[in-house]
Amino acid sequence: MTSTDQQPFLSVKDLKVHFSTEDGVVKAVDGLSFDLMRGKTLGIVGESGSGKSVTNLTILGLHNPDSTSVEGSIELDGQELNGAPEKTLEHLRGNKMAMIFQDALASLSPYHTIGAQIGEVYRKHKGASKKEARERAVEMLRRVGIPQPESRVDNYPHEFSGGMRQRAMIAMALVCDPELLIADEPTTALDVTVQAQIMDLLKDLQREFGTAIIFITHDLGVIADIADEVLVMYGGRCVERGTKKEVLSSPRHPYTWGLLSSMPSLDGPVDVPLNPIPGSPPSLLNPPSGCRFHPRCAFAEKVDGNRCAKESPVLEITNGRGSACHLTDEQRTEYLADLTAAKHH
Amino acid sequence: MFRFLVRRVLGAVITLFIISAITFMLFYAVPRDPARMACGKLCTPETLQLIRHNMGIDEALPVQYWHWITGIFLGREYPGFGHCNAPCLGYSFVNREPVLSTIADRFPTTVSLALGSAVVFLIFGIGAGMLAAVKQGKALDKIASSASLIASSMQIYFVGPLALYFLVYQFHILDQPSYNGFLDDPLSWANGLLVPWLVLALIWTANYTRMTRSQLVETLTEDYVRTARAKGMSRRNVFFRFAWRGAMAPIITIFGIDLGTLLGGAMITEYTFSLQGIGLLSVKSVQTNDLPMLLGIMVITSSFVVIANIVVDAIYGLIDPRIRLA
Amino acid sequence: MSSTTPLLDVSGLTKHFPIKGGFPIRRTVGAVQAVDGLDFQVAEGESLGLVGESGCGKSTTGRLITRLLEPTAGKVSYRGQDITHASRKELAPIRSEIQMIFQDPYASLNPRHTVGKIISGPMEINDVNPPGGRENRVRELLEIVGLNPEHYNRFPHEFSGGQRQRIGVARALALEPKLIVADEPVSALDVSIQAQVVNLLQKVQKELGIAFVFIAHDLAIVRHFSQRVAVMYLGKIVEIADREDLYDNPRHPYTRALLSAVPEATVDAAPRERIRLVGDVPSPINPPSGCRFRTRCWKATEKCATEAPPLVQADGNKPGHLTACHYPEMRDTVPAPRLSKDPEAAA
Repeated sequence: MTSTDQQPFLSVKDLKVHFSTEDGVVKAVDGLSFDLMRGKTLGIVGESGSGKSVTNLTILGLHNPDSTSVEGSIELDGQELNGAPEKTLEHLRGNKMAMIFQDALASLSPYHTIGAQIGEVYRKHKGASKKEARERAVEMLRRVGIPQPESRVDNYPHEFSGGMRQRAMIAMALVCDPELLIADEPTTALDVTVQAQIMDLLKDLQREFGTAIIFITHDLGVIADIADEVLVMYGGRCVERGTKKEVLSSPRHPYTWGLLSSMPSLDGPVDVPLNPIPGSPPSLLNPPSGCRFHPRCAFAEKVDGNRCAKESPVLEITNGRGSACHLTDEQRTEYLADLTAAKHH
Repeated sequence: MFRFLVRRVLGAVITLFIISAITFMLFYAVPRDPARMACGKLCTPETLQLIRHNMGIDEALPVQYWHWITGIFLGREYPGFGHCNAPCLGYSFVNREPVLSTIADRFPTTVSLALGSAVVFLIFGIGAGMLAAVKQGKALDKIASSASLIASSMQIYFVGPLALYFLVYQFHILDQPSYNGFLDDPLSWANGLLVPWLVLALIWTANYTRMTRSQLVETLTEDYVRTARAKGMSRRNVFFRFAWRGAMAPIITIFGIDLGTLLGGAMITEYTFSLQGIGLLSVKSVQTNDLPMLLGIMVITSSFVVIANIVVDAIYGLIDPRIRLA
Repeated sequence: MSSTTPLLDVSGLTKHFPIKGGFPIRRTVGAVQAVDGLDFQVAEGESLGLVGESGCGKSTTGRLITRLLEPTAGKVSYRGQDITHASRKELAPIRSEIQMIFQDPYASLNPRHTVGKIISGPMEINDVNPPGGRENRVRELLEIVGLNPEHYNRFPHEFSGGQRQRIGVARALALEPKLIVADEPVSALDVSIQAQVVNLLQKVQKELGIAFVFIAHDLAIVRHFSQRVAVMYLGKIVEIADREDLYDNPRHPYTRALLSAVPEATVDAAPRERIRLVGDVPSPINPPSGCRFRTRCWKATEKCATEAPPLVQADGNKPGHLTACHYPEMRDTVPAPRLSKDPEAAA
């Protein structure tokens, strides 16, 4: 965790992931760029079909090569991953970059013990013996807070509770001390108290090992808890980027505004309707023209000349902060001022 | 496992009792009198009564059934034949031979047919299915899939005579089907059954190809397969370590059922290749109203079906740790 | 609380699912104590929230109230009429007044039926013929839930997740129910869509005066939607109160822990107090003696293991605020809830 290290550990540039399906080409990710430093956490927020999960499967090279076209560059520690040979990627996966998934029960093999599944990664990448791998698995289970790891190591996933399974997944992902960890909605299926445990665990482990984390979620509350930087995705594109404080405290894109204001809070007013975002997420088979959010955006009409429907807004990033929207800064300030005023009434 | 086996074997015994009882009842529901048929043209009531007595069908139905059951466990006295040692399945109404030895005579043919063809169709079916799954969507997959569709719509009585004609009579590539004891001469045993094995396998292979392919394709989309790939496992490794196991369980279940069917006697196959197996024997017994023979065949073949099912369930439990056998 | 008969009165409600086992003959060897002695009432037009984590029995409770499951013990009264063990026939008139909305808008609509057929289904089954005909009524309902009445002949797959949940709501409204049991009605939906459905349900509750039992794990949504909230843990209600009392003055340690675990989408200068529960929820097959929460409670004593705390109005509680704890939390030990947000936050 050196702050002097100015080289991003992971650098994604103009990533485009397109699937060909029977109905046409799905533009799941359409021009996405971001950097991630060692030891930092990037939170990616988005709803279903925003391209957030596809992005991360593509970083690992787990997309189906037959039906997917990937353009752009994915550089991990200076090494280009897009188009890298399968052998190279296999060597990196689970070793230098690892992933944990949302549904731990489905994501763990039902036919093998937890210990075997953790140990197998260690044996593959570190050339360890069966005995060493088992010892390492016990050590990892202890590290992620599973009681009696010596006996639990021989259990099958279905014998674990939901929270313990997610801990086991984390142990499996971290067994080779990866430098990049991608967590795809790791707490969404969990109860809040368990979610809190798992997030504390991830933060502890990050402090200890200096892992860079990409944390994918739809829950801005989780983002507030864990992320350093935030990337908001909509319809396969990044609509807003910035530090956690910037994005949550002074959001700049109407979609982010919508996400924040549509959620009830534990201390907000109760007898007023919520402010939902109208409509539904876009189809990536046939995405809206111009700004992909414009059909649902309450501010599209404030922009002159129907620009939102015609012209795709450019994401300009200065000092890691930016948003892709045609609204002017004045219009934004005006909205936020109105909002603050409304809250005081 | 022990509890599972005890429970299942007990259940199986009860099932067999029920099957035999039903067979017993159904037999008497048929409006034909075996004694009358055995009695011939010059039949006096006295002779008829004597024949009835000798056949053991002059008593009430439950009593007859009781005699039959006790005969299996303790043996029984037959008026016309003397003592029949346990396990006694009685004597044929038709040729007065002991049922057990007749079945024992025929059964090896059926078992050899079933197991031999099973080995062939499992190897080819699962192999082709795996290949098709690996090469999903590619030419090889399409060839395997269409070939299996064609093969599965074939029928024994069509393929059998064709095979006989070309492989045996016309070009003399293989031997005429016949049954030779395995223990006497394994080579001629295999030689004699090769044609029926191949024909049976051709038809059954197709099912297993399609099933293996679809199971594997489905398993390959499972989240845990994706996880394995995210851990750095190679495609090949994932395939053999994870996907295969997930696909196996349903295939074994179906195989258990199929094996039961095959052991029950493949009548048409036996008929086509003139092999004296259980299938033909049961057809003949139905035609001649031969109750003891029918009951014997019923009990023996259903035992095999039931045992095959228990074995399948046990294997299932070994493959999938989520299934607790109790 | 009014002195009139509540719409729904539940007392001692219990559901134990038998576990089969034993050797050599299978028999009942134990029970999953999914729900164990619940007491609560729902007044007409009121929304009661039922919160708790997976396995706490909240969904089972919903199914018991609607009699999709038969209770093992206890009593469920609807408008003073005992429906605990009512037969199909006796239930028929009540079934139309109690409706259910399910979590999964994909699985709970028959894919081969048109929207019109789905929504008019309850009317057909109960032989209800509204003035103007069923089709008219369906179009009216589609309008109420914010769908285009022209979509009468479309199939569920032509709609998005949020729209499907609207169809589910329309179906529940078809018979003009008095009580709707909504089991996690928004948790399968995207964040931006959840608010749409919550608003719809709130509109329905207010304008049509329908009472709700709102089952959810999202504490913020429950607070927004329900006037009264019950917190469940391992088959029991540990605390029930008006929402202000419950969220501002949680007396049960579990309620407090649960609230402190909810992540909020704000960047605070002062981080909130956090209570981290350790371990997992114990098995409902063999729940802890006494207070069921004691194995994870930082205040548990000998007494908690031997004596189950009754659900009562603890010292300092407002009327109607009941807590099942021997050592309820005191208000001043409760950290001031985060009242002010960053003024710039758009929330």
